[in-house]
Amino acid sequence: MVRVDGSGSMSSLIQVRGLDKKYQRGSEEIHVLQGLNLDVDKGEFVAFMGPSGSGKTTLLNLLGGLDVPSAGTVTVDGDEITHMSRSTLTQWRARHVGFVFQMYNLIPVLTAYQNVELPLLLTKLSKAQRRQHVETALNVVGLADRMHHYPRQLSGGQEQRVAIARAIVSDPTFLLCDEPTGDLDRKSADEIMGLILQLVKKHGKTVLMVTHDPVVAQKADTTLHLEKGALVGSGRPEEVSAGGYR
Amino acid sequence: MKFRRLMFANLFRKKTRLVLTISSFAIALLLFGFLAIIRAAFSGGVDLAGADRLVIINRTSIIQPLPLAYRDRLLRIPGVKEVTHFNWFGGVYQDPKNFFGQFVIDPEHQRQMFPEFKVPEDQWQNFLKDRTGAIAGAATAKRFGWKVGDHIPIQGTFLPGTWEFTLDGIYHANRSGDDETQFWFQWDYFEEKVPDRYKGMVGWYYVKVANPDDSVRVAKAIDNEFSNSAYETRTDTERAFAAGWVKQFGNIEFLIMVIGTVVFFTLLLITGNTMAIAVRERTGELAVLKAVGFSDRFILLFVLAESVVIAAVGGAIGLGLAKLLTLGGDPTGGFLQIFHMPASTVPWGLAAALAVGIASGILPAIGAMRLRVVDALRRV
Repeated sequence: MVRVDGSGSMSSLIQVRGLDKKYQRGSEEIHVLQGLNLDVDKGEFVAFMGPSGSGKTTLLNLLGGLDVPSAGTVTVDGDEITHMSRSTLTQWRARHVGFVFQMYNLIPVLTAYQNVELPLLLTKLSKAQRRQHVETALNVVGLADRMHHYPRQLSGGQEQRVAIARAIVSDPTFLLCDEPTGDLDRKSADEIMGLILQLVKKHGKTVLMVTHDPVVAQKADTTLHLEKGALVGSGRPEEVSAGGYR
Repeated sequence: MKFRRLMFANLFRKKTRLVLTISSFAIALLLFGFLAIIRAAFSGGVDLAGADRLVIINRTSIIQPLPLAYRDRLLRIPGVKEVTHFNWFGGVYQDPKNFFGQFVIDPEHQRQMFPEFKVPEDQWQNFLKDRTGAIAGAATAKRFGWKVGDHIPIQGTFLPGTWEFTLDGIYHANRSGDDETQFWFQWDYFEEKVPDRYKGMVGWYYVKVANPDDSVRVAKAIDNEFSNSAYETRTDTERAFAAGWVKQFGNIEFLIMVIGTVVFFTLLLITGNTMAIAVRERTGELAVLKAVGFSDRFILLFVLAESVVIAAVGGAIGLGLAKLLTLGGDPTGGFLQIFHMPASTVPWGLAAALAVGIASGILPAIGAMRLRVVDALRRV
């Protein structure tokens, strides 16, 4: 279940309260997020939509501990991350968050296998255990046969699948996907969305995704719409595409 | 080391750049090694000088002689344990380019004075019995392909005629850097053949003191003994004498230091710029590493390790090449008679290379460490 009115229970996986983010650009203060509340339960698939500059990516960065808010709190699985130190936050990210970026952001000099293995290098797993996890993740995304290919030898869709394998290999608490299909053609985008849905439905992953594409957003359980830093509506995807919010 | 693959994959990302950067370290360290060789060639005598030996020359100049009669008076000075003398011969073997130092020695006291030069006993005994006999250093014997028993004619320069010698022995030095290029022959043969005006005159004396701590007092006593005579003396410790000899060529140490500093500073600028470019072009990747949980400290060490590895590999190659350079011996045909790379050059050279590696990598590494993931991803 997803709530935006601050009425969520303590059992919510993600709790956001009064989240504010301001930037200073010269003498001008830019209010990117304004007093945002959000509760997301485990296993939910939430899509964030909205025009450019509405604060979608900023919200994702704050939820993933990549940025710190100007005010408000973010609590994930009982951990309040907004007051964590930089190094604690780094460790927290390694355990709890899987990132999928629009431009894939794979390391070009590493093979698919080595890219997926990266988050596991920070764990105490043995080489054999790491191999097992990497192969499992690559199997999930259907790229076990391409594990020794370099990113330049893969198509865009395949690169994004490797990025998803990298995001899930350490079994994080939730996935943050920033326009995961934004750089793909429709067919590849559908494949990636099929994969994300599989992670939610079959593996019970919690996914928060930013997208501009209503077709992609329709696959989510809930779509939240941001405008000028505020959540202006939420609802089922079909309601979003019909223009109606609760 | 599970991060090794990540580091090496990054190192080999741009192979041409890697080769060029390693090459700049290698060339700088080759030059460093070469300067160390030159320094050793000029000042090796200073480093290896015996603590218990004094050198006595004519107060006017080393080219002015001293009477042989001084030997007995020297032996009577308290603290003097041993005395021997030398003359410079300065002849030509086959071609003036074939330079090597030829010395007239006092065979009776040579080995006691210079125990670091080893001659097999049977060869030495033959030399003592052979008035025209000679002993050559191993390097000179090797250079001209001489064997014991060979006849060696040497054309006098300031002394007339061709001097015939029989090579009775070859000496080896037991310390790295000792001079193995000298050619010794008998005082008696010299004394017999030189014109009358040179007879009974030696070039310089070597004195061994009973107690090295007493060297300064003994040196003063020697100079006092011969003051106000026709042949006044100047006595120095062997180390001071060798240092004075080196100074004749100018301030070699300063010259080497200036060249070395300029080279390393230039290297620092080149590698610093290279590392900055290397880090800047993978800002996004570093941000991703941070996003997935790599710590700031890891990123700092990761970038730094790259420049340190480049410095270490380049440095090792450069020093290895410098060492190879010495294997062929003195390339100047005798001007640099001590031509070897001192053992201390390797640790100092590697330390200098690593210092430059760290200095060139530290600013880009700190930049990478401070990189904010959000800003970096926005730039990609």
